[in-house]
Amino acid sequence: MSTETLEKTEGGAQSAEGASPYITATFRIRRFNPEISADAIWEDFQIEIDPKERVLDALHKIKWELDGTLTFRRSCAHGICGSDAMRINGRNRLACKTLIKDINPEKPITVEAIKGLTVLKDLVVDMEPFFQAYRDVMPFLVTTGNEPTRERLQSAEDRERFDDTTKCILCAACTSSCPVFWNDGQYFGPAAIVNAHRFIFDSRDEAGEQRLEILNDKDGVWRCRTTFNCTDACPRGIEVTKAIQEVKRALITRRY
Amino acid sequence: MKIHKYDTVIVGAGGAGMRAAIESTKRSRTAVLTKLYPTRSHTGAAQGGMAAALANVEEDNWEWHTFDTVKGGDYLVDQDAAEILAKEAIDSVLDLEKMGLPFNRTPNGTIDQRRFGGHSRNHGEAPVRRSCYAADRTGHMILQTLYQNCVKEGVEFFNEFYVLDQLITEVDGVKKSAGVVAYELATGEIHIFRAKSVIYASGGCGKFFKVSSNAHTLTGDGQAAVYRRGLPLEDMEFFQFHPTGIWRMGILLTEGARGEGGILRNKDGERFMEKYAPVMKDLASRDVVSRSIYTEIREGRGCGPEGDHVFLDLTHLPPEQLDAKLPDITEFARTYLGIEPYTDPIPIQPTAHYAMGGIPTNVEGEVLLDNTTVVPGLYAAGEVACVSVHGANRLGTNSLLDINVFGRRAGISAADYAAKTEFVEIPEDPAALVVDQVERLRSSEGTERVTEIRKELQETMDANVMVFRTEQTIKTAVEKIGELRARYRNVSVQDKGKRFNTDLLEAIELGNLLDLAEVMAVSALARKESRGGHYREDFPNRDDVNFMRHTMAYREVGDDGAESVRLDYKPVVQTRYQPMERKY
Repeated sequence: MSTETLEKTEGGAQSAEGASPYITATFRIRRFNPEISADAIWEDFQIEIDPKERVLDALHKIKWELDGTLTFRRSCAHGICGSDAMRINGRNRLACKTLIKDINPEKPITVEAIKGLTVLKDLVVDMEPFFQAYRDVMPFLVTTGNEPTRERLQSAEDRERFDDTTKCILCAACTSSCPVFWNDGQYFGPAAIVNAHRFIFDSRDEAGEQRLEILNDKDGVWRCRTTFNCTDACPRGIEVTKAIQEVKRALITRRY
Repeated sequence: MKIHKYDTVIVGAGGAGMRAAIESTKRSRTAVLTKLYPTRSHTGAAQGGMAAALANVEEDNWEWHTFDTVKGGDYLVDQDAAEILAKEAIDSVLDLEKMGLPFNRTPNGTIDQRRFGGHSRNHGEAPVRRSCYAADRTGHMILQTLYQNCVKEGVEFFNEFYVLDQLITEVDGVKKSAGVVAYELATGEIHIFRAKSVIYASGGCGKFFKVSSNAHTLTGDGQAAVYRRGLPLEDMEFFQFHPTGIWRMGILLTEGARGEGGILRNKDGERFMEKYAPVMKDLASRDVVSRSIYTEIREGRGCGPEGDHVFLDLTHLPPEQLDAKLPDITEFARTYLGIEPYTDPIPIQPTAHYAMGGIPTNVEGEVLLDNTTVVPGLYAAGEVACVSVHGANRLGTNSLLDINVFGRRAGISAADYAAKTEFVEIPEDPAALVVDQVERLRSSEGTERVTEIRKELQETMDANVMVFRTEQTIKTAVEKIGELRARYRNVSVQDKGKRFNTDLLEAIELGNLLDLAEVMAVSALARKESRGGHYREDFPNRDDVNFMRHTMAYREVGDDGAESVRLDYKPVVQTRYQPMERKY
């Protein structure tokens, strides 16, 4: 949906109540384009916008009306695809799930790329190391023996055991909020551990031991310092730190 | 320019593309080209479920499912394809479960099922529980599970590679697929992919509407690429408007909300669907519910100061049920509207959702050159394709099914074909069209802006070819689209660089949307009847004598270079079911 469209319709509804919904907000965006300069800079954009709109709407307004070179990833625009994780006012969030009114538009709103992954252009980072860590934890169901004719049975309780970690959309908000990951790119990071958890605690899976051994590595779960940044950052509300702790506990007790 | 060589190339990494890749990678050297990272695909936004007559919670069978699909599609469905869809649904769901998909479970530990629009017991007697689901994020779980299995199978992905052209070579008088041309977003480099088989699985084109549940990236790239090469597009006038989009934003709120007992109400609090569909009520098919909502709004019973929406009421459902079965959509209401669905109804309006039409294929996924001839080596599956299992209106939960059944079939067919054939020579200067398109846009000093043209396109589509259409409104749209297409030739972009040039990408996407919008409007103008998602106020009845046939739209280029849409028609395959009046 275009920003202009939202403006017009929102304006219509609000004018019935007599007040203009628009405010002037400043977006201070970290720009980087190695085709132009090796240095990153902060650039300010002032726009008129309804504070009930999303930060993504503001970025679109800037890109579509002021500066077409502003570059960011986005797709679904409602928090499901995981494309638009970025650092907004110093905190990792999805631009499409953050309303402008919720981040104090009275002051300049800073927007920059997520940390710990190489910035390629403006808000676009190299996601490959992130997905490599994900692939390294065997993020798929492993079973042995003959397949049953029908579905595998699983009780509702067993299904519930790993429900929280099935919500992950691989947006990297958690991993790129983790101070350990900032300093050590070798660390698997919260998202990979969340996805290992999703299978370790799935009653149908038979490769829990292997995944635990992978995460017992020096760059595995023991690097976690339980700062809870990841839990705060998760746009899906996953209790990421708790999941990491459960994996640590499983490593000690070998029960899961 | 780089040249790659693969047995099978798959364009798109949503549900259909990855389901195909899992099959074709086992059988042939496969590359998946996707303009997004695979897990960003819009399959992940699907919520409610995947239909299959597992009969886990009540009596059901695939024949009932076939009938519902044919009836739901207002008899424009090819019945042989619908039968395959319903029969193979059962194994498709079981396959996903074995791949690891965490379905919700019954107390017995089997896959749980719930009600969904248009799915009925014994040919319309009452709603049936046929939708297999994982809370209200079934699409997310399917996308994740398929990606996980692609990782397991070692599928080779080219992420952020945007396919811009289809290569076709004529060999002994037969047009064959030779490969594709792709633009690498990170570098701006152009790549040629030679392939024995190409499968399009690049999704829909809903962004030509303003209020839409579709992602920004759903711009009909696959449809446009083959259409520009002279291949037909089938039934493009049939577009589905999902009844429950978030008011003004269009974000999808699953039909599963009504499957769980949610009720649509007008400003008087009346459960208005009882008037329009006495048996199925709120669970009538989507075309019927969307028209009913707009009828309420037009007759002055809409909600809000402008009377431009109705309410989805979940307040009578226990909060525990909402938390367990509908956690995502209730969170959308809280995040985007500031509304608590436990206590307040949610303002909704129909939202442009799904293209029933697309690239015509047979049941093996082979793309058609005309009504009967296939293009050797070319395949399509999922929303980009038209088999046709959805006819004039798709049933909810049948699209997650479609991508799995026909994604799998296309993957197997394409790989089997690649195994028994040789590479076709690629045309001389294969990237010419793409190089020209990209360079023209990048260097243009034109005065037109992508934003403005896209906005005008979306506004004219919403105003003129949405739920209600007339000859006059469609003609207005055709004329406006023509004007926008002319202005598009004078469009320029601000970003002239090579690296991650999303400004350029949006300009290319707009060109695709304009092509497809024209096909849609021209096809709609010629269909002087009402059927499924295509409702003509000037022809309010279905006309089986003149229009029980699929539209086939071809791009024509005159001697003077002028482009136009030529329409032809294709018979509907009817097997078991004779057309009947459609009531819910």
